Amino acid sequence: MKTTMASEGSPDLSIQPSTLKPSGIEILPSRVASIAEAGKPGKGVNCGKTSVAGSVSQRACVFCGSRVVLYPIADALHIVHGPIGCAAYTWDIRGAQSSGPQLFRNAFSTDLQELDVIYGGEKKLERALLELIARHSPKAAFVYGTCIVGLIGDDVNAICKSVAAATGIPVLPVASEGFKGTKKDGYKAACEAVFKLIGTGDTAGISPFSINLLGDFNIAGETWVIRDYFARMGVEVVATITGDGRIDAIRRCHGAKLNLVQCSGSMTHLAKKMQAAHGIPFKRVSFFGIEDMSAALYEVAKHFGSDELMEKARAVVRDEVGKIYPQLRAWREDLKGRKAAIYVGGAFKAFSLVRALRTLGMRTALVGTQTGDAEDYNTLREMCDPGTIVVDDSNPIELAKFCLEQDVDLFIGGVKERPIAYKLGIGFCDHNHERKECLAGFVGMLNFAREVHASVCSPVWNFVPRRSRCRSLLAGDSEANASKLAPASGLKPTEAVA
Amino acid sequence: MSSDEAFFASNPLQNAGGRSPASRLLQHNDGSCDPAFASCEPVPFDAVAERPEFPSASTNPCKLCTPLGACLAFRGIAGAVPLLHGSQGCSTYIRRYLISHFREPVDIASTNFSEDTAVFGGRKNLHVALDNIGRQYRPALIGIATTCLSETMGENMPMLIGEYGAEARDLPAAVDRPALVYVSTPSFKGTHADGFHAAVRALVETLAEAGRKSEVGGQKSEGEGRRSEIEDRKTEIPPRRVALMPNMVSPADLRHLRDLCSEWGTGVTLVPDYSETLDGPSWADFERTPAGGTTVAELRALGGAPAAIELGHVLARTEHTAGTHLKSKFHVSLHRIGLPIGVRACDEFSAAMEAATGREMPRRIALERGRLVDSYVDAHKYLAGKKAVVYGEEDLVAGLAVFLAETGVTPVLCASGGRTKHLADAIFGAAPELRGRAEVREGSDFGDIEARAAELKPDLLIGSSKGYKLARSLGIPLVRCGFPVHDRLGAQRIRLLGYAGTQELFDRIVNAVLETKQEDSEIGYAYL
Ligand code: SF4
Ligand code: SF4
Repeated sequence: MKTTMASEGSPDLSIQPSTLKPSGIEILPSRVASIAEAGKPGKGVNCGKTSVAGSVSQRACVFCGSRVVLYPIADALHIVHGPIGCAAYTWDIRGAQSSGPQLFRNAFSTDLQELDVIYGGEKKLERALLELIARHSPKAAFVYGTCIVGLIGDDVNAICKSVAAATGIPVLPVASEGFKGTKKDGYKAACEAVFKLIGTGDTAGISPFSINLLGDFNIAGETWVIRDYFARMGVEVVATITGDGRIDAIRRCHGAKLNLVQCSGSMTHLAKKMQAAHGIPFKRVSFFGIEDMSAALYEVAKHFGSDELMEKARAVVRDEVGKIYPQLRAWREDLKGRKAAIYVGGAFKAFSLVRALRTLGMRTALVGTQTGDAEDYNTLREMCDPGTIVVDDSNPIELAKFCLEQDVDLFIGGVKERPIAYKLGIGFCDHNHERKECLAGFVGMLNFAREVHASVCSPVWNFVPRRSRCRSLLAGDSEANASKLAPASGLKPTEAVA
Repeated sequence: MSSDEAFFASNPLQNAGGRSPASRLLQHNDGSCDPAFASCEPVPFDAVAERPEFPSASTNPCKLCTPLGACLAFRGIAGAVPLLHGSQGCSTYIRRYLISHFREPVDIASTNFSEDTAVFGGRKNLHVALDNIGRQYRPALIGIATTCLSETMGENMPMLIGEYGAEARDLPAAVDRPALVYVSTPSFKGTHADGFHAAVRALVETLAEAGRKSEVGGQKSEGEGRRSEIEDRKTEIPPRRVALMPNMVSPADLRHLRDLCSEWGTGVTLVPDYSETLDGPSWADFERTPAGGTTVAELRALGGAPAAIELGHVLARTEHTAGTHLKSKFHVSLHRIGLPIGVRACDEFSAAMEAATGREMPRRIALERGRLVDSYVDAHKYLAGKKAVVYGEEDLVAGLAVFLAETGVTPVLCASGGRTKHLADAIFGAAPELRGRAEVREGSDFGDIEARAAELKPDLLIGSSKGYKLARSLGIPLVRCGFPVHDRLGAQRIRLLGYAGTQELFDRIVNAVLETKQEDSEIGYAYL
């Protein structure tokens, strides 16, 4: 009954069709327009709207967008002005690393109380800023206004100004009231805050071959990996915004000659502003997957019109791909023909993942994002195989439905999607900001493949009810499951996944 | 400074704030210090210290926001979906936080406020949300909690919810109307623990009905909670069971409490019971809402409960709770005791069970108690003089402190982000021997705890994974328990309650101390 031969030693899971049927899962009428299928004509995916009331959106809020972008600036004080939750939930959960200061890994909050809500929180904010700046001597402070600050009418801008004057450091308000838009508006607010710093530093000594990396957050040291490639090409990276970020580097980053925008959803706004104000051109790139990573290096060499740079870029690609290729090929054998679901924040990451999965011989059967725009979804519909579901701002029920219908073997998403995958007996790869695994660059592709292989080829799926290898012994499970109970001896021994 | 003190102050091996144990003991020997605890080293401070009510900034909070607790409580009701009235971020953040702890799906809906909603009110959003949840989840109950935003706007929730009930809904016929339970949970007043208790109270206040008085009994059969609520509502009201408000404890502890009750020969209605909904098996079938949980029918039957037990030293000092409601409205006899951690608190629980069921302690439980005491004896010298910092929800902190005092470990710092103003009384009321030895701090955060710990020089930390950074910087072990545990597997299965749960905790604590001793030794004995 076997149709796909798994490589020696790996468990053979590919032949067991799922017994879980998504019967009766209803798509809310108001959500239908946000779902499309690749290869089929039809209107564009409805997107960019606030989420439907009552749906369990996987999105966060404006504040989350700002926080995610600014968080890795390591030598700044980040204070959340509002009640405690917004700060508590964003305390040191991300994988963004710093080579120096660790100040950013604290959660500072004005922890507004009832009286503050009644009488206003300005005084408290001012005291908090003065105290914290005195205690931690940061290079700058970011003040995030959350939902109720917008309501109680605190003049955050005025407080920031007066504290900046008193302390001599930039104190930047980030208007991130959760309800005033979507996560994208939060990105924008963050870009606005960063933009105020740019152009205030000395640009002396910056190389003619110099770039900024916009939208790399140094998750698990990714920034360092990318910087190394450019260093080997002879290109100077002036600032990374915001991975392993430093205020002083940001202040002088207008001296760079090119902006590379990696997380386009969050950072294109800043790139455009820098182009207008400082005449710096920008290019959208991605550092995920072999194809996109190589293209990013070549793009830079091409931009500077230097054969020498191009030669060096080729050398980097050759070296790096050579290092990872044999292992990738071995894993590809096991992964060939498997199906994946992708649900991530931004569309550019989704594009890269579709391509990276192809490198591994896998097909994307479902792809969705929290913040993609109409053009992004058209691109996805074109680049994916026919039949692939394309969805904007999805929710757990829909994702479960599509995963079952498409019978996927892997889900790529964040912590909120993980339990959906696991409960359904589907492998999972974390590709969100909380991950502690470096997935960018060539080495990142290898890590990504390892993660995917480790999950998809794990022997544990032999025991989940979905694959029928092991009957669920709970009352109410289907007869069919019971009769298909595979004897334990039917399992192959598995070698440890490298 | 006496010559003795000068000696100790200059001796780096002495870490009790430079004081000699003997001299400190004399100073604090005010009669409350049990001679059995003479080996504990008193610590250099006097009374209960409290942080100012409104410090300007919080550094690394030791609390979470109020709706999180409410969502957790609602997750323990069969077929329930929590709904937060406010903007999107709160529910998404709370979901992620709960998911990372339980490693289970946690769906929490939101009314998803936009700018318009914040101006014109959330009536429409609420009604559309209730419709959509009904359609997608077919819930038995929707637990509606407010957020800071809707609270600040002053949304009139009872009115909005009432209007929903009054209007004809555009829903398919197959969709049954769920029970709606509302709780007010502004985070600028209280913590996640307060939100949890408020939701438990709201569930009981909204749903409990007067019932027939009958014999204690009616044990819940295995898998009973897996039946759909709709089915359940059609079956008759379950037989009378003891009502147990377990506080914010782990799924494994909930299961253990149920086992204990069945040992005592009574069924129990846990409010809430997320033992299965937040620690469930792999799905054999797609589950709109996870199987398990206390059913709405069981909640309705609570008015006829023969007895109610409410766990938590601090909760016991709270004026209005689910338990007090059952007592005042339905004359249910109420036992308010601490979390059963440690021999004394478990004995109180046993006494309450004895009173509720009229039976004597079953042999199995008596044996568990005996083993726990036996292990106290086996380990007492390893723990003698050790100092611990405990932190987290007030009731957890109180429960741990009272237990630790029994073992010879001094909880030198008991800290919580909560501000019920009952924590010190709760601790010293249940463990008077801690007076003058334990510093109790309400409204604390990890910035505060870190500063105190630097002076108190504890040997170990006990609490959530949020203390890891501190444990690492002090080079001391962290015994993980409570919420959240985001850096280990099995947070759902950590047991603290009952003699058996205490046993597990006790073993972990002793072994953490032994491991440190072993690792710090140059020789590295494998025989201790
Ligand atoms: S606004 Fe209030 S409810 Fe929402 S996350 Fe912040 S503290 Fe929690
Ligand atoms: S209160 Fe507002 S800003 Fe804070 S998490 Fe909730 S939606 Fe986001």
